Amino acid sequence: MNNDTIISVEGLTKRFGDFTAVDSISFQVGKGEIFGFLGANGAGKTTAMRMLCGLSMPTSGKASVAGFDIYKQTEEIKRNIGYMSQKFSLYEDLTVRENIRFYAGIYGKTNSFIKEKTAFVLKQLHLEKDADKLVRSLPLGWKQKLAFSVAIFHEPQIVFLDEPTGGVDPVTRREFWNMIYKAAEDGITVFVTTHYMDEAEYCDRVSIMVDGRIDALDTPSGLKSNLKASSMDEVFLMLARKAKRTGD
Amino acid sequence: MKQFGAFVKKEFYHILRDRRTLFILLGMPVVQIIIFGFALTNEVKNAKVLVFDNAKDVASTSIIHEIDASQYFDVQQNVTSYSQVESAFKRGAVKLAVVFPSGFNNDLEHVNKAPIQLIADASDPNTANTLINYASAIIMDYQDRITNEHRLPYTISTEMRMLYNPQLKGAYTFVPGVMAMVLMLVCTMMTAITIVREKEMGTMEVMLVSPVQPLKVVIAKAVPYLLLSMVNVASILLLSVFVLDVPIHGSLFLLVGESLLFILTCLAFGLLISTVTDSQQIAMFISLVGMFLPTIMLSGFMFPIENMPILLQVISHIIPARWFFVIVTSVMIKGLGLGAIWKETLILMGMMLFLLTLSIKKFKIRLA
Amino acid sequence: MKAVVVENVVKSYGSKKDLVEALKGISFEVDRGELFGIIGPDGAGKTSLFRILTTLLLADSGKATIDEYDVVKDFKAIRQRVGYMPGRFSLYQDLTVEENLEFFATTFNTTIRENYALIKDIYSQIEPFKDRRAGKLSGGMKQKLALSCALIHRPSVLFLDEPTTGVDAVSRKEFWDMLQNLKRSGITILVSTPYMDEANLCDRIALLQEGKLLSINTPAGVIGNFKQPLYAAKGSRMLQLLNELKTFKEVKDAYPFGEYHHVVFHDEAGVPPVASYFGASGVEMFPVTPGIEDCFMDLMKTNE
Repeated sequence: MNNDTIISVEGLTKRFGDFTAVDSISFQVGKGEIFGFLGANGAGKTTAMRMLCGLSMPTSGKASVAGFDIYKQTEEIKRNIGYMSQKFSLYEDLTVRENIRFYAGIYGKTNSFIKEKTAFVLKQLHLEKDADKLVRSLPLGWKQKLAFSVAIFHEPQIVFLDEPTGGVDPVTRREFWNMIYKAAEDGITVFVTTHYMDEAEYCDRVSIMVDGRIDALDTPSGLKSNLKASSMDEVFLMLARKAKRTGD
Repeated sequence: MKQFGAFVKKEFYHILRDRRTLFILLGMPVVQIIIFGFALTNEVKNAKVLVFDNAKDVASTSIIHEIDASQYFDVQQNVTSYSQVESAFKRGAVKLAVVFPSGFNNDLEHVNKAPIQLIADASDPNTANTLINYASAIIMDYQDRITNEHRLPYTISTEMRMLYNPQLKGAYTFVPGVMAMVLMLVCTMMTAITIVREKEMGTMEVMLVSPVQPLKVVIAKAVPYLLLSMVNVASILLLSVFVLDVPIHGSLFLLVGESLLFILTCLAFGLLISTVTDSQQIAMFISLVGMFLPTIMLSGFMFPIENMPILLQVISHIIPARWFFVIVTSVMIKGLGLGAIWKETLILMGMMLFLLTLSIKKFKIRLA
Repeated sequence: MKAVVVENVVKSYGSKKDLVEALKGISFEVDRGELFGIIGPDGAGKTSLFRILTTLLLADSGKATIDEYDVVKDFKAIRQRVGYMPGRFSLYQDLTVEENLEFFATTFNTTIRENYALIKDIYSQIEPFKDRRAGKLSGGMKQKLALSCALIHRPSVLFLDEPTTGVDAVSRKEFWDMLQNLKRSGITILVSTPYMDEANLCDRIALLQEGKLLSINTPAGVIGNFKQPLYAAKGSRMLQLLNELKTFKEVKDAYPFGEYHHVVFHDEAGVPPVASYFGASGVEMFPVTPGIEDCFMDLMKTNE
């Protein structure tokens, strides 16, 4: 493992009974990379991501995240990553500021750090005026952008994004990706799943899971030229159609 | 009708496939009855009896003798005044006192009628009841025997006095109490929850858009719970008769009919809750706070109503379980007929109709 | 006869203080047998609109009819003839596939056999799993079962509220193939989706954003109305390229679009100077036909 590798996975496997959800996957992600993690429903994405976040014990294989072992150092991993999903992100009945304060508090940041960074985040999101509004009253796109800012508030080394842009309008979706780019420039590694194939193009490298295995892993242009496909959409369909599995 | 049948069938699938809940619903009454029952029943043997014999004649002596001969009783002493009886009870030295009036045999022979007073310590209502029952049985035996010998209709009337707990709160009363509690839980809470669950799952949306009358959907949901409640009523009654020896003195038919009325009241309340709530949590909370707690606290099951502060006594009037409690106690334990409980029955019926009308009125044929 | 007519429908939620206007006066018509798409992001008002049309909600004002039945007055008649598949697949999770379908059939006073021909293509794909509980199905299979249930009574108008949300690309594609087949059987279909790329599969589309219709047209018509020159650009440093593009006054808008950036110019005259500037630094740039997403963003920004 060289110094720039931040996620390293080797032969990672997870079985539930006689069902192999994740079947010996191996890959490496470099520091500051935007890594797209694609796959059809039921291909094993969520299970793999849970293992990397230290939420689920693998059946076999090796993996380290931010330099920590996913078997023994799950607490350290959790401290060094950020996580955001489409389903769970913010408390709707707390204000913008309260949400930020709450999540920052979880990671034990100092008050001065929280204060300074909160002002910065609010300014960046143009939410200064709405800081004391309930999150419930914000449009979906803003919520997702805020959720992302909260997920990287504690300056994690890696941020895991689980379908962060589902249902978001096209303009906000691009603003969201702009934020992802900025985070990557600041050295945060981005590990992202999405159903939008155009977003796969924004990733530095993309892996496509089929039936628990990683079937392809390359840059978007590499994948397209290898499979002689004109778009990522085509690439995805070509690979995912081979799937035999139909479970969630 | 076929639609309705399909709905009821579906509802049964839901219930039967949720094994854990089903088990709780059917097992709960059994467990409650058994726990209450064994906590409160104890076998009576050689209970100490005090005799206050003002007659001292043939009849009184042979009755005393027969009581003493039974395995249940152990006649301790004869006293000569009521104050001695009282102090014996206060000391807890005796459980039962038998009082014969003077001229007992004389009355019996000349007017064919004579009274005996039985006084029991009802602070342990279960034992008191058993003792009174056993003693009465012995006295009745004696009465039957002399009636046969002399071919004259002798009557010995036993007058009972329960000291300290005249209403015998305890064994007999927990059966109606458990019944009210269980029915409330099954009917009100489960009905409300299951309807609201369909709202949460989004299936209610599809049902509303279908040609089915929405009210039918909801009523179909209540049917299985009605049946389940009847099973519960049956198991509670069977347990109380065969395991706890609490007999059904009145008409079983009337008892079942009244239970049905109470079940319908609870179902109507469950329906009402479901029409005003959108989440299972809130439905559960309202059922618990709005129905279950008042049932336990204010129905007279745990605490005698006449001992409550006036305000609570007033509130207790709007609690259906309070009336049901009176009805079951009257029918099951006192053996009274509809003539004695028509008032309570009417009140309950009124409540049922009110709740049902309200929930039908409140029922939304749309989402908002 | 129009299958659906919507006239100036307004719907808002909440009290005066935090009033949310979900629909701000929507009007459109759908022809019989048409596959009509309501395209818009979450929160645009799609679900509110569908609920009003399926008689589940009352509009604050405005009028709507389905097969000439009024959604308020004739709600019973409408409930007899529409099929509705809400956003979350509304199935009974603890009933099996077959029990679900049978139940919905009975609900509509019909049987599976009576309308089997209509759902055969869809249902046959999940029939091998007919004894499996619906809760144990994958997203794609749930979607097929929900569609079968919504179709079992051969509705005249079918409402599908975001049927493809959260479903992977393969299942989405299959789903749209099924809709094309259904269309042939003469059923009018209204479908809502946040995925812009699905718009091309509809006969006509309505673009919905924040409770307002941005455009109602055929997909080709929507695209035809996009008059400004649109170019794709690609360089070695994409983020820098994007920022640079935005500094040109000739450029109306620039945004990432898959592996390229899309560049919208105010007019043809503005293209050459920009193209030559970037051409010199090795940036690849060529004209492209706009997609629905380009149109949506353009209309969105014009509307703001």
